[in-house]
Amino acid sequence: MRNVFLFIRRNINLIFFLTLQVVSLMMLFRYNKFHESVFSAFSNEFSGRINSRYNNVETYFTLKKENERLQIQNAELLNKLKADFAWPDSAYSIITDTIKIDSLEQYRKFLYLPAKVISNSVYAQQNYLMLHRGSSQGVAPNMAVVGPDGVVGTIVNVSGNMSVVMSMLHRQSKIVAVLKKGSGFGEVTWDGKNPMFVTLSKVAKTVPVNKGDTVVTSQYSDKYPPGHIIGVVEAVADDQVTSTYVLKVRTATNFYSLQYAYVVKNLQKAEMEELEKAIKKD
Amino acid sequence: MSDLLKNIIRFALFIGIQVFILNRIPPLHRFITPYLYFLFILWLPFKTPRLGLTLLGFLFGLTLDFFTKTPGLHAASCTLIAYLRPFLISLMLPKEKFEMSYAEPSVTSMGWLPYAIYVLVFTFLHHSFLVLLEWMQFGNVWYFLGKVFSTTGISLLLITITELLFIRKSRYRTNVA
Repeated sequence: MRNVFLFIRRNINLIFFLTLQVVSLMMLFRYNKFHESVFSAFSNEFSGRINSRYNNVETYFTLKKENERLQIQNAELLNKLKADFAWPDSAYSIITDTIKIDSLEQYRKFLYLPAKVISNSVYAQQNYLMLHRGSSQGVAPNMAVVGPDGVVGTIVNVSGNMSVVMSMLHRQSKIVAVLKKGSGFGEVTWDGKNPMFVTLSKVAKTVPVNKGDTVVTSQYSDKYPPGHIIGVVEAVADDQVTSTYVLKVRTATNFYSLQYAYVVKNLQKAEMEELEKAIKKD
Repeated sequence: MSDLLKNIIRFALFIGIQVFILNRIPPLHRFITPYLYFLFILWLPFKTPRLGLTLLGFLFGLTLDFFTKTPGLHAASCTLIAYLRPFLISLMLPKEKFEMSYAEPSVTSMGWLPYAIYVLVFTFLHHSFLVLLEWMQFGNVWYFLGKVFSTTGISLLLITITELLFIRKSRYRTNVA
């Protein structure tokens, strides 16, 4: 017993060093798998507060560009208004509904919540963004995040007032996508090399694919609303092993200067999950 | 200014510069990430107790991890160089007079060549371990080598600039003080 204590005393430095190494390596590898720990709950509030101060200053530098981008988006939305369209009147009579209830609201599937981006990374292999909107403002893990130009990522962690987004530029990010033409379902992943490009794989070879085709989110996804732009096909390559296409896609979102984003809430998700659970039970 | 206060200010300053300036520079190449923050550990006083040095390395790395959302990545590398630091210093400066007469490692206290070797070895160690941890999840051998060497080169350039800009007047420790 005495020898054990002597050994510990003699090698206290080495033992302490190894303990700290094991602690940090455990944090590193567990966090990537489960994305939940005491660490993030504490660190979000800590670094989020400093980041939001800094962001207050930084926002001014990209204000002009951001305004232009929002204006383009506004124009796009205005063009979708009902008032912009006129049909030759073919109805016989006008029926007035006396109950003032928005009958469309109960069928609403996706709800957009605006949020400010307060920190952002592009250069790491695993990129995260932080939004200044948290669980108290209706954000929950697994919600989709889209920006003014296109898809951004998925919420992985929330605290009271902040939330962390796993960017599309993350090794573990996987988004179900489709060509805008209507066929060619596949999976969008990132190889970690260039933040301008992502990869769309598993596209069947029966689908005609050309350079310049637009890639959008699929309606098969339970997180993303269909039709949000992911990017544009830059190069087409064959996958020898599986006889599918591997497409190089230029991202639509400019991750370098992202200031605002929308968190997308799927209001019908609970019902979908319930139905899926019922299938698994049988 | 006392050593404690000076190092607390350095701690905050190095983290701030790394997070808000160096991590936000548009990348020249995908291999290059400018790292400077670990210079804090190399600048700690000679007299820091070894246990404290290892713990400080861990805490310093962890603070940076709070901002980069990579818990443990920088903490592991910083703990490594903080643990190994006393070995190399005692190896390179066998004479006791260095540790007695100067407060912390610098060009004036160690001389040009030993200090350059000291910085080079730890920059290389830090980056190798950091990239190795990233790499175990991802990448290939050429990627690993390319990233370690180019990142080390950029870090050495940054450290040289820092040393030239901020010449630290090493106090000569006397009995009076």
